[in-house]
Amino acid sequence: MADDVLLEVSGLVRHFTLSGRLFEKPRQLTAVNDVSFTIRRGEAFGLVGESGSGKSTIGRIIARLTDPSAGSVTFDGVDWLALRGKALRDKRRDVQMVFQSPYASLDPRWRVRDILAEPLKSYTDLKGAALTTRAAELMQQVGLNPDWIERFPHQFSGGQRQRIAIARALASGPKLLIADEPVSALDVSSQAQVLQLLRKICSEQGLAMLFISHDLSVVDHLCQRVGVLNHGVLEEVGPTSEIFRTPKSDYTRRLIDAVPGKKRRAAERAVHA
Amino acid sequence: MTEAVIVPAAARPATERRFLGSLGRSAKGLTGLFLIAIVVLCALFAKSIAPHDHAQQVIEWRYAPVVWQEGGSTTNLLGGDNMGRDILSRTVMGAQVSIQVALIVVSIALVFGSTLGALAGYFGGIVDTIIMRIVDFQLAFPFLLLALIFMAVLGAGFATLVMALAFALWINFARIVRSETMRIRTLDYVDAAITMGVSQLRIIFTHVLPNVLPAVLVVATLDIALVIISEAALSFLGLGVQPPTASWGVMISEGRDFLYEQPWIVIAPGIAVLISSVGINLFGDFLRDYFDPRLERM
Repeated sequence: MADDVLLEVSGLVRHFTLSGRLFEKPRQLTAVNDVSFTIRRGEAFGLVGESGSGKSTIGRIIARLTDPSAGSVTFDGVDWLALRGKALRDKRRDVQMVFQSPYASLDPRWRVRDILAEPLKSYTDLKGAALTTRAAELMQQVGLNPDWIERFPHQFSGGQRQRIAIARALASGPKLLIADEPVSALDVSSQAQVLQLLRKICSEQGLAMLFISHDLSVVDHLCQRVGVLNHGVLEEVGPTSEIFRTPKSDYTRRLIDAVPGKKRRAAERAVHA
Repeated sequence: MTEAVIVPAAARPATERRFLGSLGRSAKGLTGLFLIAIVVLCALFAKSIAPHDHAQQVIEWRYAPVVWQEGGSTTNLLGGDNMGRDILSRTVMGAQVSIQVALIVVSIALVFGSTLGALAGYFGGIVDTIIMRIVDFQLAFPFLLLALIFMAVLGAGFATLVMALAFALWINFARIVRSETMRIRTLDYVDAAITMGVSQLRIIFTHVLPNVLPAVLVVATLDIALVIISEAALSFLGLGVQPPTASWGVMISEGRDFLYEQPWIVIAPGIAVLISSVGINLFGDFLRDYFDPRLERM
């Protein structure tokens, strides 16, 4: 394993059992089928596919929110799936997650200060005023006014909430950020800002990112490498520009053709290049 | 462009001001609160409000008519009972017993039921199966019958009354907390807490239970009314609070032999039960509408 590889996923399989109706056998659904890829340190890796293609399941497996049926995950030289209990809780700090909907990922009864303090309490010795100071720093880091720290999530817009979620994910000082459709619940104007923020933070902190999305143009814009997922199978993996300009698989081609305005933009890029 | 995500009802936190504003606009809520206030004030200041000692027997007060009937006097506003005790004083003192029993019973059932419900809902699997089968078993028996069996085995008295009612009521809390917990545990903020290394138990206490609270509050208010009525019923059957303590159930039970001589021995505590249960039910309805507008008119 090369030194610059942060995450290595190999042969990942995840079945879901769908309980059948009466007198019917339960069916098995293979959400993730033999998926392998690597993410290098500081790299933004995009995982694209239609809804139901298993991309979120892969994210959740790497975040250890669910276990795979088979396969292995090596993170930072550690057998990631073998971790249990206290050791797992300690190591979770290295992999943090930004969820799709900032409406569901922030507890509506918690003030922003407490939301940001939650990971700090787990992973630092900060207490009382120091905790608040650190939370305010995190607010600033994601471009929010630190004076708003006493507010509740519902007093923020969707874009601002997602910034809070990003600040929370940064609090433990992770090495890998999993962003699961982080802008699809936001309106168009805040989408661009949040994406800009993610890009800036990752490059500033040398943070690797697993960016899960159905939006090819966003992945094209943000990620150095990309994997295309179709019904749980990884169709192809490679540098973003290569895959999007000269797709090898039929599926990828169809996916690219389905993006509105894609051809025009590709043509523009060809002119500029 | 507007946000495409629908905010779930539970995601809107209840601020104090909004609560008071909503209460001010609700006839149901205000009426309920007013009726509850009457009963609670009677319970708190029973000794000062009651014109006489509730156990004091005066021979001239026997079957004294109520004040607006012929021969009535302001000494005994609601007349006197078969033993020459002041009915108004006894009714006021009864509020104390009722509120006491209701609060103790509901608190025990709430703590016990919520904890078991949260464990069942959060961990699922075998824990859920065991707890919910006990609940199912208990659901097969009518609430009051269960309390009756319990009291028949353990004997009458204040402590067993409380135990029996709490034992019969905990399933209400367990069921609502379980289903709410199952809903909340799939929410992203619980997953987020897991990825931040927060322990399961801590998640239950910091994320799950606080968000279950509104639903629990609604069940608690409605159950208080149920307990007040059940206490009266069990005391009426002679299994609850024992005479000479003035409980509403005891009064109704004692007074039914003297309906011809003085119907107010029964009517007064009857009205008291009515006021408190109507008040609490109205207020509970308001709480339910406030916390979850979708449930209105159900």
